[in-house]
Amino acid sequence: MNSNHKGDELRPPRWALAVLKRLAAPHLREELEGDMEELFHKRVHRHGFTQARLLYILDLLLLLHPRLWRPQPEPRFTPRYTKYSDVSKPSSFSPVMIRNYVTIAFRNLVKNKSYSAINIGGLAVGMAVAMLIGIWINDEVSANKHHKNYETLYQVKLNQTFDGRRGTQDAIPYPLGNELRTKYPDFKAVAMYERTEGTRSLIVGEQKFLKHGIYIGEEAIDMFSLNILNGDQKPLKEPYSIALTDETAHTLFGNQNPIGKIVRLDNSVDLKVTAVLAKQPANATLQFDFLLPWQLMEARYEWARNATTNWRTNDFSVFAQLKDGIDPAQTNAKIKDVVLNHLASIDPMSKNLVKPEIFLHPMAKWRLYSDFTEGKNTGGFIKYVRLFGVFGLFILVIACINFMNLSTARSEKRAKEVGVRKAVGSDRKQLIGQFLSESTLIAGMGLIVALIIVLVSLPFFNTLTEKKMAIEFGNPVFWSIMLAFTVFTGLLAGSYPALYLSSFNPVKILKGGIHVGKNAAIPRKILVVIQFTFSVVLMIGTIIIYQQLQHGKNRPLGFTKAGLIMVNSTKHLLDHYDALQNELLATGAVTATCKTNAPPTQWWSSNSGWQWKGASPNDESVIFTTIATSYDYTKTMGIKLKEGRDFSREFATDSSGVILNEAAVKRMGLKHPVGARLRWANRDWTVVGVAPDLVLEWSPYRDVAPMTIIFAKDWVNFIDVRINPAVAPSVAIAKIQPIFDKYNPGFPFDYKFADTEYAKKFRYEELVGNLSAVVCLLAIFISCLGLFGLASFIAEQRTKEIGVRKVLGASIANLWGLLSKDFVLLVIIACLIASPIAWYAMNQWLENYTYKITIHIGVFIAVLALALLITLLTVSYQAIKAALLNPVKTLRSE
Amino acid sequence: MKGSQLGEFEEIVLLAIALLYDDAYSAAVVEELSQRLERPMSLGAVHRTMQRLEEKGLVQSRFGEATAERGGRRKRLFTVTTAGEQTLQEARKIRNDLWADIPKAAFGGGLV
Repeated sequence: MNSNHKGDELRPPRWALAVLKRLAAPHLREELEGDMEELFHKRVHRHGFTQARLLYILDLLLLLHPRLWRPQPEPRFTPRYTKYSDVSKPSSFSPVMIRNYVTIAFRNLVKNKSYSAINIGGLAVGMAVAMLIGIWINDEVSANKHHKNYETLYQVKLNQTFDGRRGTQDAIPYPLGNELRTKYPDFKAVAMYERTEGTRSLIVGEQKFLKHGIYIGEEAIDMFSLNILNGDQKPLKEPYSIALTDETAHTLFGNQNPIGKIVRLDNSVDLKVTAVLAKQPANATLQFDFLLPWQLMEARYEWARNATTNWRTNDFSVFAQLKDGIDPAQTNAKIKDVVLNHLASIDPMSKNLVKPEIFLHPMAKWRLYSDFTEGKNTGGFIKYVRLFGVFGLFILVIACINFMNLSTARSEKRAKEVGVRKAVGSDRKQLIGQFLSESTLIAGMGLIVALIIVLVSLPFFNTLTEKKMAIEFGNPVFWSIMLAFTVFTGLLAGSYPALYLSSFNPVKILKGGIHVGKNAAIPRKILVVIQFTFSVVLMIGTIIIYQQLQHGKNRPLGFTKAGLIMVNSTKHLLDHYDALQNELLATGAVTATCKTNAPPTQWWSSNSGWQWKGASPNDESVIFTTIATSYDYTKTMGIKLKEGRDFSREFATDSSGVILNEAAVKRMGLKHPVGARLRWANRDWTVVGVAPDLVLEWSPYRDVAPMTIIFAKDWVNFIDVRINPAVAPSVAIAKIQPIFDKYNPGFPFDYKFADTEYAKKFRYEELVGNLSAVVCLLAIFISCLGLFGLASFIAEQRTKEIGVRKVLGASIANLWGLLSKDFVLLVIIACLIASPIAWYAMNQWLENYTYKITIHIGVFIAVLALALLITLLTVSYQAIKAALLNPVKTLRSE
Repeated sequence: MKGSQLGEFEEIVLLAIALLYDDAYSAAVVEELSQRLERPMSLGAVHRTMQRLEEKGLVQSRFGEATAERGGRRKRLFTVTTAGEQTLQEARKIRNDLWADIPKAAFGGGLV
């Protein structure tokens, strides 16, 4: 070694050393400076000072590289398995690892039983509801698709304007069918059918049955691809034949072969069974128990024969099938004026005012798009399908939120597990795999439980929705949707803990636990708010739907529907009507009977052409609904007339009498209605009385149309019977039945109560109300389940804090408030968000009705109170449990 | 062979570390290799390679003693890990196998 004084001179260039000091990362500085200096000294010995200095600078230049200034990497955990060891590390998704994930996941589930139950239960209920709604939507959307000619089948509809309103109807004039068939080559086939629905009597030997049948053109068999199970391939060719569904055939003939057997129809004609057809699925539009040939109708009824060339009366309907590849829009353009052109010459008013126009309504829209306003298709049931689709999604989101919230809340407890796993060499991919397989497993178990729930509840659901739905277990599409759904839910719910937890630094976790600040709880709080917003919207919606339902049911009808029954009239009954009436009254069980053209809860006929004093020419097109009746109508119906009197046998002139409802009086503008003279159907009529507005509309929420109740002795379809309120209905029926059987041989005694028939008008509202009530209850249930779980975690997390507070003198009420207030705040926020949404949505819904409630602020207050109550009940259990813990126990471990 | 992707220079540096056994630090490796390969060696290249080897887990390092020659600065001493040894053995085996399988005629032995 050189002496020290010499060493001063033999130094590397100062500036170069400074550069090195400046550039080198701190952890490399010492060793590199040392190495450089050592090499420099060796080179001075070997090559001399100058060259050593040059080499020093050269070395410095060659050191310039990102590695020189790159900061020291975080200390790494030397994994047990490395790339270079003899035991290769299994890939994160190798079968071995997956088996390991599943084992661990199972152990975790078993270890936290209540957590698992809440999680799986909530998810399962959510999935089950979504599945039921999915099945329901599928049933609605797939309706009629079983017909092979689904794409090319149409209902011919007719638009007409009366009194300024454009209405749409299926009823068309008889000759239209033939016109379309013969003059328009666009059509492949056209089939007429009889529109009125109703039951007819079928007699086989001694047995009588009431079944629903329709007269229909023979083309319909091919058009609707009706499946002939047995018998003639053209079963409706001969007029005196009948085709039965397999179900009807079994009812009538048991296991005998029905083909060639004789069935007596309406106790008047004998028909030969020509074929057995497969019964149509429950969601098909074309429903029947048997089919009758179109020619039979002409053979039986004179009015049908008279109608064959009549373009004025719309009493029939027609199905049409277009040829393949024909654009219905073009056909519509060609056919729209067919009816008008025939009417124009004989009825000039039709051209200017009624403007009849026909168009094709495709089969795809029959079920869900059946509403028409002002001649335009404005949707229909589809709005409920969409509504419940959204509901299903809501429930699912709520269930998924639960799942995520509980997973993340619990994940903080599992941070240590992550630390240990990382320390022993598991890498991030494996941790992600672990968490995801755990959540997918829970989702899978949720699916199994959901399937069980669906299987058990499907019969109830079918009753509720009046359907016959089944799960298509054989359908691979069903299974792939279920599977995709489960995996999706699992991945979604597991994504947060998987990605978040696996990023923890093990050193930090193991050293002192990570301190997840207040911020970590924010997403969870947002999710709770979303969840409760959904639930509260559903709650408000359901309450308003029920209020509207009740509002409709409480509407004053103008007549008394309780204790009123209706019976289809037949020729036999009418021939002996007076004797029938006398015998019924003699039983004491009946106080009045009358004959009408419509059931007591509906009107079936409407007519224009009424003339009154002061009417303008255009008023002739005003439509009045028409009830045709004779004596005792108001007595039987329980109507209190506003003015005047009912038709009476004591006034011979009453045979041209008419009773108006208040709406009609208003429309006609009559100041003194009783005694007013009217003209209609080439006859003079005298107003004898004024009835209140009877709610006989198809929807009990509609405005009551102007109505004429006319005296028409022979226009009868029903006999109405008022039961003595002092006699129990069942007793009364027992007394009535033998009398009807006596005068009506050939028909089973078939009666309907007016109040049950009326209740059917609320079908949609009840369906929607019940479904949303179910969805709402479950939404609340799932949300509360999640809240319960969350509250338990938070209580657990804050055990020590609670202990300290208790020691310092906090009361149990204090602590209860402390633990509950966060949740209460969230629910209040949710209510504040939900109320305007619900208000808006329900206002939109109520727009569909003319007779409707106004939304009251009380609903929102009540729901807020209810939501708070439910929340407090849910949270309090955990809060009080935590508050009651002995602080000695909770603080002992420190 | 799979997994042991060792560059030629890395292999040489690794061998040098093994050779120097308990006194393997960058400057020593530079000295050793410049002598044996008879070409100048840059400290930068050697130092970076040794860093890379450490990241791969083939060597591990600790600080050694300080000497006056180094201006009182400590050395970073490297030793070959088991994994490093294994990788070297593997590389050697591949070479040996290759050598063993070369036909004699290939290098002209058969013709003379």
